[in-house]
Amino acid sequence: MTFPEGIEQFLKWLEATPLAVTILENEILFPWIESVHVLAIVLVVGTISIIDLRLLGIASLDRAATRLMADVLPWTWGAFVIAVITGSLLFSSNAPKYAHNFFFEGKMVLLAAAGVNMAIFHLFGLRDVARWDTAQRTPPAARAAGTVSLLLWIAVVAFGRWIGFTLH
Amino acid sequence: MKSIDALCWWLEHTALSQTIQSINWIVPAIQTIHILAITVVAASALMIDLRLIGVFSADRPLREVSARFLPLIWWPLLVLLATGAIMIIGEPARSLKNPAFQLKMALLVTVLVVTALYQLLLRRDPGLGSPASPRRGTATAIATLSMLLWTGIIFAGRWIAYYS
Repeated sequence: MTFPEGIEQFLKWLEATPLAVTILENEILFPWIESVHVLAIVLVVGTISIIDLRLLGIASLDRAATRLMADVLPWTWGAFVIAVITGSLLFSSNAPKYAHNFFFEGKMVLLAAAGVNMAIFHLFGLRDVARWDTAQRTPPAARAAGTVSLLLWIAVVAFGRWIGFTLH
Repeated sequence: MKSIDALCWWLEHTALSQTIQSINWIVPAIQTIHILAITVVAASALMIDLRLIGVFSADRPLREVSARFLPLIWWPLLVLLATGAIMIIGEPARSLKNPAFQLKMALLVTVLVVTALYQLLLRRDPGLGSPASPRRGTATAIATLSMLLWTGIIFAGRWIAYYS
């Protein structure tokens, strides 16, 4: 992808900031931040899939859907914030290269899509939740949201892994 | 030649290893499946550990939380072993002789022992998760140990790439 000149300049500026230079030049800083990033993503995807399987009517059926979400999602969000912070640090260390990497761009699009899917589900899919909260059979809207979420997060992991093999 | 070198040399020259090395999408695809299986294991362990500490689903019996999530610690191990084996066959020396890999295996064995002991303890003491349990300290210790070990496993896994 080609970006407007202003964005290209921003990426170059970001890469030259002292923090970004430190991350790039220090031998152990990058792998440490990357390890935390992987741990955070693992927990984001793992906990979201618990919700998705409930929405699909496959697992955790003895627990009300809203109750399960209230239990699990705070941990998901906590892990997500850590993933965003560590991901931004990794990005800054090599900003122009990441920004022009197909799999990085794809990962960002997939993340945005997962966010839109979640927003739509929370705005519309949960409206009639009182009717099916404790039911084992969930409505089509909930099943659709769960399926889309699972597929998008699997793709996020795949694209994330492929960045490491294509960033040269 | 040390036996581990001989093993690596032999593995590297098997037809399977040659195939893995020559098709460049195999390794990232296998690593993706490996990470996805880890998401299931790590999130399941986290749910049990948080329940043990008492900060997750506290109104739900530990027995139920364990029944839901313990199988998801054990079964994905088969996927992890299979995908891990493929990665080892593809690059035996880079993994088997790697200190990060060796640490990861030691931590894995430890966490599986801790998990099995937890399972035995829960069977003997079904009241383990209740706030009034005299074993609250033990429960917190098991949970803390489990979370530290899984974190160590994920970190060591990532560090394999930096120790070659």
